[in-house]
Amino acid sequence: MKKEKLRVLVAKPGLDGHDRGAKVVARALRDAGFEVIYTGLHQTPEMIVETAIQEDVDVVGLSILSGAHMTIFPRVLNLLKEKGAGDILLIGGGIIPKEDMQDLYKQGVGKLFGPGTPTSEIVEYLKEFFKIVDK
Amino acid sequence: MGDLEKEKKKWQEKLKKSTQCTMPKFETISGSPVEIVYTPDDITDLNYLRDLGLPGEYPFTRGIRNTMYRGRIWTMREFSGFGTAMDTNKRYKLLLEHGETGLSVAFDFPTLYGKDSDDQLSHGEVGKCGVAISSLKDMEILFDGIPLDKVSTSMTINGPASVVWAFYILAAEKQGVSSEKIRGTIQNDILKEYIAQKSWLFPPEPSIRIITDTMAYAAKKVPQWNTISISGYHIREAGSTALQELAFTLKDGMTYVEAGIKVGLDVDSFAPRLSFFFDSHLDFFEEIAKFRAARRIWAREMKETFKAKKTESWLLRFHTQTAGCSLTAQQPENNIVRTAYQAMAAALGGTQSLHTNSMDETWALPSEKAVLIALRTQQVLAYETGIINVIDPLAGSYYVEAITNKLEQGAYEYFKKIDALGGMVKAIEQGYPQREIAHAAYQYQKALEKKEKILVGVNDFTMEGEKIEIPILKIDYTVEQEQHRRLEELRKKRDNTKVKKRLDELKQAASGKDNVMPPIIEAAREYASLGEICNVMKEVFGTYREPPMF
Repeated sequence: MKKEKLRVLVAKPGLDGHDRGAKVVARALRDAGFEVIYTGLHQTPEMIVETAIQEDVDVVGLSILSGAHMTIFPRVLNLLKEKGAGDILLIGGGIIPKEDMQDLYKQGVGKLFGPGTPTSEIVEYLKEFFKIVDK
Repeated sequence: MGDLEKEKKKWQEKLKKSTQCTMPKFETISGSPVEIVYTPDDITDLNYLRDLGLPGEYPFTRGIRNTMYRGRIWTMREFSGFGTAMDTNKRYKLLLEHGETGLSVAFDFPTLYGKDSDDQLSHGEVGKCGVAISSLKDMEILFDGIPLDKVSTSMTINGPASVVWAFYILAAEKQGVSSEKIRGTIQNDILKEYIAQKSWLFPPEPSIRIITDTMAYAAKKVPQWNTISISGYHIREAGSTALQELAFTLKDGMTYVEAGIKVGLDVDSFAPRLSFFFDSHLDFFEEIAKFRAARRIWAREMKETFKAKKTESWLLRFHTQTAGCSLTAQQPENNIVRTAYQAMAAALGGTQSLHTNSMDETWALPSEKAVLIALRTQQVLAYETGIINVIDPLAGSYYVEAITNKLEQGAYEYFKKIDALGGMVKAIEQGYPQREIAHAAYQYQKALEKKEKILVGVNDFTMEGEKIEIPILKIDYTVEQEQHRRLEELRKKRDNTKVKKRLDELKQAASGKDNVMPPIIEAAREYASLGEICNVMKEVFGTYREPPMF
């Protein structure tokens, strides 16, 4: 990891306007000591990847509850690779059936956090993945 | 000191010595502290006729009708929609066959955002969260074989509500049912979109203009239609407390009344057709008190502040939906139980219409099996438990009256705060309700993670490695392809010269002060698509992007 604080982009792709989860996760990650940028709503995969690169983030988290995850996650993954940002970790949450989660993991998504996941689990996962040790 | 006060003091001393506390805190789910017991001392100021009244009489705390459920059981109205209009038409017929008494349309995200199924941004989202409606043709199919003079329909649509309403009015016309005869509701509550649901199309000012246009149009042409469903549901689902839900919803309502009066409408010409939509969440008594407080506050404001003269203008008529955000993905069968308790609270709170969630909604849209259980939940409640026999049976309960009063007081404090910010529109522009909600949502999540609040199956009574053994509805990609094909066909078959002319006429009306409903209807009649009509309005009114904050 390159900087002081882990940089996370929380994004709401597609038309879905349900942002309660995304905002709660954003706050929890900020409280855990990460640098959090929230894209706001109605982002296209192109907009998300551009912001991710501009903001030099380590992680992109997508919140999708609309059922469009099998279209959006792969698109973001491919765009990140195309733009040379394939080392950015892609995670997410929302309403994603378990079989779809497995499919997405095979495609390269890091981890998906379904309904009921404590925010502490997301924090722990990121700390472990980036080998962040609490001082 | 009175006898009760003396006894209570003795009792409290004894209590200190007892072992207590199965939970760290005793609060409502909204975080409102509650006493261990309530007595007459908690409602000494209660005056029956002034504060409660008789059912169907001012201030309507006990219910808006004198017969309530003896006269008419609440409408059993299951919110549904998925795939194409044909798919959803089948589901509506199934529900009607099984005893639902009103229809409720759930649209997909493209439709909610005024986009056709073949819009670039609709890709991957067509028919996934609701039914895809891109034109009048789709609306005709949606209600094929369903006589629109015999059933009322609620449509959850906001930004493009005027257009979707036009589709419905015309679909009914094609069935031979005039606009004077149709009954139903368009949600059309743009203020809560900016606050919570986020499916706006245009900025606030033109959005409110469209709403006052719909109010004026309904008053003349669609008199049995509810032009707004002033909603608290989405505010609550976004994470607000019960008090915030109550206060922000009523304040939104008052803002619409002000807007109608400002454009010169007589308050009694449109107020009887304003309706409301609340959440029914897990804290049983808090919810019942919330509904009662809502009725009392609205009646008072309409009568005293807005000087409405008709009784119908004072009535807070509402639909309720059981709380989607309270449902769990874990052990989904438990959701049937949650929904049942929430439905009971809504009925004890005097709702006019009710949607009960399906157990599988944390995974997908309702399967047939799940939605029938949800409907049966209402039927068991109505026909087996006896609660329809007596109006407002909890009135007089020391606890329920105490929290009804407390919620009312709290609501007025919020009204003051919002007025100090310049009213609801200004408050929204400053992000005030949005921040209140985000804060409440975060507090609740923290409480769950600290186990100060329990969610069965999620942070307690969990089952490791459980298998989800309920049928899960899947919408596949062929829906999108089908919609593409049909739109292409529609654009070929219609008279494109007429379509262009009508859209130009709409642009003119929107740019001026004329009511936009007639030109929207004429454009829809020629099979202009949802996207085409909305795009014309976007050209005139502009679009809106909210500043991202969390």
